[in-house]
Amino acid sequence: MTESLHHLRVEGVSFRYPHFELASTSFEAHSGEVLAIIGPNGSGKSTLLEIVSGHLGPQAGKVTLDSADLHRLPPRPLARLVGLARQETILLFSFEVREFVRQGRHPHLGRSLFESPEDERWVDWAMEKTRLAEFAGRRVLEMSSGEFQRAVLARTLAQRPQLVLLDEPTANLDIGYQIEMFRLLRQLAISERFIAVVVTHELNLASELADELILMERGRCLAKGTAEEVLQPELLSRVFRTPILVDRNPSSGRPRVTWVTAPH
Amino acid sequence: MTLPATPRNVMAVALAMSLLLVLVVLVSLTLGAVHVPLSQVWRALTARGGGSEAAIIVLDIRLPRILLAILVGAALSVAGTGLQALLRNPLADPYVLGISSGAAVGAIFALWLGGRIASASPLAAFIGAMITMLWVYLLGRSGGRLASYTLILAGVITASFLSAIILFMLTLLSTRDVRGIAFWLMGDLSVTPLAELRLLAPVVILAIAGLYLLAKDLNVLLLGAEEAAHLGVNVARVEAAVYILASLLTGLAVSTSGAIGYLGLLVPHLGRMLVGNDHRMLLPTAALGGAILLVLSDTLARTALAPSELPVGAVTAVAGAPVFIYLLRKTAG
Repeated sequence: MTESLHHLRVEGVSFRYPHFELASTSFEAHSGEVLAIIGPNGSGKSTLLEIVSGHLGPQAGKVTLDSADLHRLPPRPLARLVGLARQETILLFSFEVREFVRQGRHPHLGRSLFESPEDERWVDWAMEKTRLAEFAGRRVLEMSSGEFQRAVLARTLAQRPQLVLLDEPTANLDIGYQIEMFRLLRQLAISERFIAVVVTHELNLASELADELILMERGRCLAKGTAEEVLQPELLSRVFRTPILVDRNPSSGRPRVTWVTAPH
Repeated sequence: MTLPATPRNVMAVALAMSLLLVLVVLVSLTLGAVHVPLSQVWRALTARGGGSEAAIIVLDIRLPRILLAILVGAALSVAGTGLQALLRNPLADPYVLGISSGAAVGAIFALWLGGRIASASPLAAFIGAMITMLWVYLLGRSGGRLASYTLILAGVITASFLSAIILFMLTLLSTRDVRGIAFWLMGDLSVTPLAELRLLAPVVILAIAGLYLLAKDLNVLLLGAEEAAHLGVNVARVEAAVYILASLLTGLAVSTSGAIGYLGLLVPHLGRMLVGNDHRMLLPTAALGGAILLVLSDTLARTALAPSELPVGAVTAVAGAPVFIYLLRKTAG
């Protein structure tokens, strides 16, 4: 995160596993934008996210952040630019929450064995933004899965990346925290000038808070654009294999997805 | 309890434990089959004892042993800490990957060949340990790195196979040799002359220092290999370095003084209970704590049934098992 604006370009990336293929996919994003990747399970969302992070090399195409090819960067410089947070299991070792979040500063420690006062400031900042300050001395093992997810987000924010990639960040959060997390991401993407790409199942949150949506199905990108353009009832009904209805959220006017139930 | 790992805290803890170690060493020098009063110990250490009987006991008999106990205690405890991080398992100990079995095979093989080779059995043990380290490394690699599940499997299978070889070889040895080897297998700090310590000390200190440089990477490694990679750790390289350094420390310890048990498993645990999981604080705590505990165990081994000696491994086992059971109950409950 710096004062300048960042530009992410995903150009024609594809990948083939023995039983699954991610077809050539492209998109772009700029600082301040939140992109949501949506689609049914097994559609290639997580593979796409991993390629965008630079950790998985595409078999064709490339990913550049401000003209730097992410896959070619060594681990530490890459971790200074890209923060990737996925589903994590809570482990056997008992860390305090603040220690856990502090791990996010690792890429910035350089030759030093210890954190600097500036590192500690960013840790405090990340914990304050995710409302974890009160948990600082608690053990990670004692947290609920939702609280733990906020800690993982805090750790990613502490990295101060230019590109924030989140895989199902709201999976265990109640609706209040879900909305809060997405709003926070949006706010921070603008204030800290990073690009956020979020894989999510929350279609309505994506509709409200993402600038662009990418709909994946079986490894192909079926639609890309605003919520209006992507959240089409026939398309969604086909992709999610269930009748879906799209109306409007009365307070925001954004498309709202609900499923069709037969009258009781 | 977690003590934040700041340079000041780390130095404070290291200093406090070092002072404790010095105290324990001084007391241990007075104890034994012959009681040497502290004043004479002091005179001997400051080279004013001349050729007195007390000076000989202190300098030629007890001090080398105590110094060896410090090195071996620190080596095993640090190796255990490193392996627990590498395997992401607080139950790992330095012997789980077969190193001690490899050393034992080397030592027994040398004894069996007899003659001059027999007297070089520490070297043979070390060679056995290093061959085992290489073998388990090659066997345990998966996808270009040391994935913990394949590494543990490779180590356990190798250890088990080597144990069978050891039993077979024991049948080929004379009864006298078998008694000697049994003593060694349980841990014996009495055999190393001061000259060998001069070789041992720098290597142990350098290996521990090497692991300390990896301390912040070890912290991140505990989160998981993928998460560590996402935070900028070169996982394959760090895993290989930790494996080699921990195996080297274990190999050195076992070659010089046999398979002393429980230290490598318990000291890291006790260290975690005292100062937390941050390796920048834990490694020095484990090293000094292991040194202190092994000096105390060895002193007990020398004095409990004086003038005869218990093998120090028996003391660590008898003392260690109840502590381990207590820790187990505490974490389970």
